[in-house]
Amino acid sequence: MSKTITITINHKEYQVEPNQTIMQAADKLGFHIPRLCYHPKLSIEGACRVCIVEVEGMRTYVASCAYPVSDGMKIHTNTQALRKARRDIIELILDNHPQDCHTCERDGNCELQRLAASMGIRARHFEGQRKRYEKDLSSDAVIRDPEKCILCGRCVRMCSEIQQVHNLTQAHRGFHTVVMPAYDMPMGESVCTTCGQCINVCPTAAFVEKNYTQELFEKLNDPDLVKVVQFAPSVRAAIGEAFGLEAGLNMEGPLVAALRKLGFDYVFDTQFSADLTIMEEASEFLERVQSGGTLPMITSCSSAWMKCLEQFYPDLIDNVSTCKSPMSMHGAITKTYFAQKKKLDPKKILSVAVMCCTAKKYEAARPELLVDGMRGVDLVVTTREAAWMIKSAGIDLVNIEPEEPDHPLGLSSGAGAIFGTTGGVMEAAIRTAYELYTGETLVDIEVASVRGLKGIKEGTLMMDGKEIRVAVAHGLGNAFGLLDLVRRDPEKYHFIEIMGCPGGCVGGGGQPYAQINAIPLDDEVLQKRAQALYDLDKAKTIRRSHDNPDIQKLYKEFLQSPLSPVSHKYLHTHYQAKRPVGIIPKKERKQSGAAQ
Amino acid sequence: MTRKTYKVTLCDGPTCIRNQSREIRQALEQALEKHSLSQRTEIHLSGCLGMCSKGPILIVNPGYVIYGQVTPEDMGEIVESHLAGGQPVARLIVKEDHLYNRFFRIFGDVDFFGKQMRITLRNCGIIDPENIDDYLSVRGYEALAKALTEMTPEQVISEVKKSGLRGRGGAGFPTGLKWDFTAKQPGDEKYVICNADEGDPGAFMDRSAIEGDPHTVLEGMIIGGYAVGARKGILYIRAEYPLAIQRLEIAIEAARSHGLLGERILGSDFSFDLEIRLGAGAFVCGEETALIHSIEGSRGMPRPRPPYPSVSGLFGKPTLINNVETWANIPVVVLDGGAWFSTIGTETSKGTKVFALAGKVQNTGLVEVPMGTTLREIVYDIGGGIPGGKKFKAVQTGGPSGGCLPEEYLDTQIDYESLAKAGSIMGSGGMIVIDEDTCMVNIAKFFIEFTQSESCGKCTPCREGTKRMLEILTRITQGQGKPGDIEKLERLGEMIQKASLCGLGQSAPNPILSTIKNFREEYEEHIHQKKCRAGECRALLKYTILDNCVGCGACKRACPVGAIDGTRKEKHVINQDLCIQCGQCFEVCKFNAVSKA
Repeated sequence: MSKTITITINHKEYQVEPNQTIMQAADKLGFHIPRLCYHPKLSIEGACRVCIVEVEGMRTYVASCAYPVSDGMKIHTNTQALRKARRDIIELILDNHPQDCHTCERDGNCELQRLAASMGIRARHFEGQRKRYEKDLSSDAVIRDPEKCILCGRCVRMCSEIQQVHNLTQAHRGFHTVVMPAYDMPMGESVCTTCGQCINVCPTAAFVEKNYTQELFEKLNDPDLVKVVQFAPSVRAAIGEAFGLEAGLNMEGPLVAALRKLGFDYVFDTQFSADLTIMEEASEFLERVQSGGTLPMITSCSSAWMKCLEQFYPDLIDNVSTCKSPMSMHGAITKTYFAQKKKLDPKKILSVAVMCCTAKKYEAARPELLVDGMRGVDLVVTTREAAWMIKSAGIDLVNIEPEEPDHPLGLSSGAGAIFGTTGGVMEAAIRTAYELYTGETLVDIEVASVRGLKGIKEGTLMMDGKEIRVAVAHGLGNAFGLLDLVRRDPEKYHFIEIMGCPGGCVGGGGQPYAQINAIPLDDEVLQKRAQALYDLDKAKTIRRSHDNPDIQKLYKEFLQSPLSPVSHKYLHTHYQAKRPVGIIPKKERKQSGAAQ
Repeated sequence: MTRKTYKVTLCDGPTCIRNQSREIRQALEQALEKHSLSQRTEIHLSGCLGMCSKGPILIVNPGYVIYGQVTPEDMGEIVESHLAGGQPVARLIVKEDHLYNRFFRIFGDVDFFGKQMRITLRNCGIIDPENIDDYLSVRGYEALAKALTEMTPEQVISEVKKSGLRGRGGAGFPTGLKWDFTAKQPGDEKYVICNADEGDPGAFMDRSAIEGDPHTVLEGMIIGGYAVGARKGILYIRAEYPLAIQRLEIAIEAARSHGLLGERILGSDFSFDLEIRLGAGAFVCGEETALIHSIEGSRGMPRPRPPYPSVSGLFGKPTLINNVETWANIPVVVLDGGAWFSTIGTETSKGTKVFALAGKVQNTGLVEVPMGTTLREIVYDIGGGIPGGKKFKAVQTGGPSGGCLPEEYLDTQIDYESLAKAGSIMGSGGMIVIDEDTCMVNIAKFFIEFTQSESCGKCTPCREGTKRMLEILTRITQGQGKPGDIEKLERLGEMIQKASLCGLGQSAPNPILSTIKNFREEYEEHIHQKKCRAGECRALLKYTILDNCVGCGACKRACPVGAIDGTRKEKHVINQDLCIQCGQCFEVCKFNAVSKA
């Protein structure tokens, strides 16, 4: 079966496996063919034409990302004619691209810039009209800048293939081709779930997060405010990459120190409120199991998934846990319990969250989440923004002396740490639910079946003779697959975890851009980030949320018990069906008989 | 029932409709009524006959008398003299010159058809396209019956291979091979597609073929379905072709009710049905992978091949996709045999090809000629040469992405290889004749403007490259050309040809590169001397008033920008700084006293 074939690359013969593309074969042989629209997780587009090679006997160049090798094939990857053609192609892209690299967010981290440098473009020959578009600033989280777009189509494929939201598509023709949401809706009114994966795969700055760094710097300098910050589990597992460190280093200590240096009065940890979420969510789950509530119960931590639910699965709203996300719980507790404890006017508290996520910016602005009329979280910055702020403030994250988060909202269990990776919430919930239900402590607390990067994971757990079936999906495309199963067979599972981003929060839309010559959303990087969190869990003496003494104290002093009226007031929320323009439910589609 | 004495066929093609063929029909009916001949005369409509420059056409049978350029007013005379009196109206008859033609013998006695050979269009203009009985009477569906009852699918494919038929959509891939690939794919869910997304500006071969003889296309597709093992066929046709769509719908319905479509066709084990899908008119959807995306409900954008549609096509299933003209040839190949078909044409290109002849030529319209016919024969013998005593300059074949061939290429034979060698393409069959009044730079600009605006925007060379080519050409035609522009066009053109994703991009530079090759001096004149010899590039024109000006003042009154000065009865002068080269003065001068150069 593993019969090899002979191909010739640049006059040298090689034995290679059949059934692969020229690019794949060349990669393994150490020929790096330049590329732009190609992404290993997405379908083959063949659009940019940067990866063209010469195959003897072919009339035209072929795109090496798409063309399969065959026996006897003679390939040239670097002839002078090819180099010229590639250079002209990149030059053509540059000619229709704003020449504002120095003021661009992706300066120094732009694939087009790197490619242009490697092509040796030293003059411009074809300059002419350049496309002009307004930036789309309508979304709370994701900014679309079509002028920067080079139409590689990665975002379109990410949105439709991995996330399956199908919000983005190419529209118009020829020179006027542009990527936009359906009906040219503003991003803020479109079906965009704000997951930010388009940002992760965009080679330029055509998609970026809504940047709050300047606003935050301004507020950090306001002496009247008490500045409180929380940071998500997976931020610590990824922020090092933005400083050139290898993937998978836990930067918790340095990050805490850096945030203090930035001017925050209290540095808390979202892992604390992850523990709190588990207390509420596990209790809610048990209540549903015991009192015949709607099952399966679905987690509600991922804000992109929340928007997705309201738009595409409103029939499952009752299935979703009413728990706020850890970030929003943290914000609520900051403005109530913490303010009372420190005798602060909650209106004078600046509550900031550093998140791996762009959708949290959207979540923080949701009116349902107001706490006594105030926003629980005032500002959300992504890992990328935080990294930039730290650099910009001249703080040396790499060499800084690590510090510990503050009390009372900073101590966390191992269960809170693994929230940042797919399957983590489920695993953390099982640890607590088991004990709450059976009264016994779960011994084997590492639930292997819900770990790893498989799209949909399943597991079963016996609680006092009762079989609990759980499932985990990460990435909205996988979530749709799982939810369609649930629609067909509501009894199939009891408890489901859904994370909007591939890999869970470690693969969030706000994480650092891929390092030079690395692939965005590379599985290996995602696994390393996840491993950092699992290692953190392992290293903790407290590994179950309900064992966290600060959590116990919080219930004693303020919340009374999980699902108490106080808990409900501050830690729970509700969802409602939303119908952005363009979504017509199947039922109505049939009734109106409209073809479109 | 009264026996009909005469059968009158009125061409109902779009050109004839525009030239009052519907009013003619009314007048004819009234005249028949007046002579009490309505019961004894059958009127029916045909699809486009192709002889558009002689339209509207009216044919009286028996006798095959062809009347051309008739008006409603002529109907009284035709009815009175011919239908009532048996005496054809000589002054209206299209000139006779008897010639034999296997498929088109009834029209063979006309110059226009003299060198033509009609296979694809064999029934167009003869049968009533909305009447399946008419099609059946010209051996319609006999080929299908033969295939289903006497031949195995392999034999059908072998016959198609033997015929040497090649794809008429432009690329010229051997049809039999394509069928073979599709047939050999595993799986029982396969599709057959007819590509009727004809998008070349000025081309109407496919539309006419469908409007004139829809059943031929259907029959070809059913045979194709049988050969490759598909149960479902899709006709992808652009919504701009309402008459063709209507006739296809009628034909499909008729074929269904005659047991020629649907379950167990003609009592055999073979079941097959057809569906029409309307395209929104994007040029790129003529590209097969883009067309398939469009049917699937996605944006019409090509994807890299392989895999070819024969392996993974519609919904990922093996798909046989051919263009209208290819399908229309199939019944002939099956009925008369591949061996016979291969006697027509040249060594490598068999059969005939339909062209939409347009531009500066006497007889514009639809022509079908055997492969191997020379361009000269089409332009001069069939097309009747250049009107107005003008000089021939070039002929452009293959639609907007074809090359422009000058006089020295006129003896080029029409076949895939020869045209490619000459620097053009067969394309789907556009043919535009260009005379000395046409500027080659301007025409290249026109074509690239079309391909640029129709580029799907997916691949960089086509999307960005054609835009820059258009900009350079616009500059040149506006007198702002710079030294080095020609070289830039060549550099971009060659890159776009070799690096683009699909045929649209790969062929888009053809008009430019071929005009640079064959008419380089015109480009140079534009750039260096700021001169357009054809007088088409307005910005390069200079209007001056000559000494024979009588001072009538007409030009002064006509000038929209007040650039002309002069006292009455004295020579006027044009202020060149103000002149916008609109040409109004030239138009209104009755004394030829305005020169344009």
